[in-house]
Amino acid sequence: MKLELIGLTKTFNGQQVLGPIDFSDTIDTLAVVGPSGSGKSTLLRIIGGLLLPTEGRVMMDGEEAGHDESSLMLYRRRIGFVFQQGGLFRHMTARQNITVPLVHVHGFTQAEADARANALLSRFGLLSQAHKRPGALSGGEQQRIAIARAIAPRPRLLLLDEPTSALDPEFTTEVLDMISELKADGIRFIIVTHEMGFARHACEHIAFLHEGRLLEYGPSEQLFAHPQTPEFARFLSKLLEWNIVRE
Amino acid sequence: MKLRELFLQNRNEKALPLKAALNLLLLTVIIVAVFWLSLTAVGVTFDFSFVSEYRTRIGQGFLMTLLISLASFAVSLLLGVLSALGQGSRVLMLRYLCGFYVKFSRGTPLMMQIYLFFYIIGTAWGIDNRFVAGVLILSIFEGAYISEIIRGSLLSIEATQWEAAKAVGFSRSQTLRLVILPQMVTRTLPALTGQLASIIKDSSLLSWIAVIELTQTIREISADNFKLFECYFLLGLLYLALTLPVTLITKKLEKKFSYET
Repeated sequence: MKLELIGLTKTFNGQQVLGPIDFSDTIDTLAVVGPSGSGKSTLLRIIGGLLLPTEGRVMMDGEEAGHDESSLMLYRRRIGFVFQQGGLFRHMTARQNITVPLVHVHGFTQAEADARANALLSRFGLLSQAHKRPGALSGGEQQRIAIARAIAPRPRLLLLDEPTSALDPEFTTEVLDMISELKADGIRFIIVTHEMGFARHACEHIAFLHEGRLLEYGPSEQLFAHPQTPEFARFLSKLLEWNIVRE
Repeated sequence: MKLRELFLQNRNEKALPLKAALNLLLLTVIIVAVFWLSLTAVGVTFDFSFVSEYRTRIGQGFLMTLLISLASFAVSLLLGVLSALGQGSRVLMLRYLCGFYVKFSRGTPLMMQIYLFFYIIGTAWGIDNRFVAGVLILSIFEGAYISEIIRGSLLSIEATQWEAAKAVGFSRSQTLRLVILPQMVTRTLPALTGQLASIIKDSSLLSWIAVIELTQTIREISADNFKLFECYFLLGLLYLALTLPVTLITKKLEKKFSYET
């Protein structure tokens, strides 16, 4: 899947928070990292068609994301999006969260939608939770169901916005495990994350954002071993400062 | 020490049935005693024999109050929804109008509105039917409160719910129908039934424009037989017969939906 970003900028209340960003490459699995306030979430929302850029264009496989609500809606229907938290519809059960969009957006029959939801829920060990509402689920379960909902219609790209940032550490692992399982299935994704181990070992590529600019992009193993900019080197060293469990 | 325990219970704890019954009984005895003493001091009799004589009129008044309340509830719900939506409108005049309506209705006494609107609605618009006029006036007043209930619940829906609806590809109307409305219903229902209890009580003020509802009926009867105490005591019981069930339903709904948020 080819993603192109052309002259992308975003301005909120006169303050430029993103860009200009130019990018063109084939996306397999990409981690977007950077300090908070660097524009990671804004970039992901623009790629996902949830936010319009102030200037510039987003192209996916040569097809431009629209600039009006109805064409953006069609564009969004082919992308899965997972939020940091609270993205599940709270009045629906876990299963309904998956089936309702399948029926109302993707034209599944109720039986087809149920079959798809059950297949995903049982594969990821969530079937016993299917009848519960989000409020009765753990944070980790909520995120795994949100991911299952996002991939249920087989989108061409999955976007994850800090899916583990609001979780207790023990739940972080189960969510990251699920994402790396999806990678083995050949699902392409872009993840905004602070989990550097995951970014380095589970994602083919990494992009480093700093003050709204794309400072580094490349194969993750290589960039982690040899940061090209002082900003990225400083960012990594700060993250690793307390990361000494055994020595 | 032991005796004290019989009358005390930690906060947020329910008393055992026997203990609750004992306390309720004692309280009832005290209240009745106080009333009895006060009433015998002013020489009130407890003669309710007039009730059977006037039972058709009282029944009609009761029915009228019920009808006015239900009709007002329906109309004020409509006004409330429109006004809540209007306050979020892009059309400025509409937004200001709805804001002004809510502030005016909530900020002035119902009595004043009844007189004012009765002359406007009744005289200028040519509505002589007091039932219709009464329902309209009451609905305008209560609609402002309902508008605030609805607006509050609309604002309480998290931004991520709207965003998630976008992300899964819902259209605008699907978002409202599948995500926003169901959540609003569960959040507003308890407060809305509470408002129904207010409407029932507030409808008594329509007696001032001679709508023959429960209060007006009792006023007329007491003017006939001068049994003020008995009449108004009965009036209170009859209103409780309407509002207590509504209050109970409200409590039930609150419990039922509390796990939602």
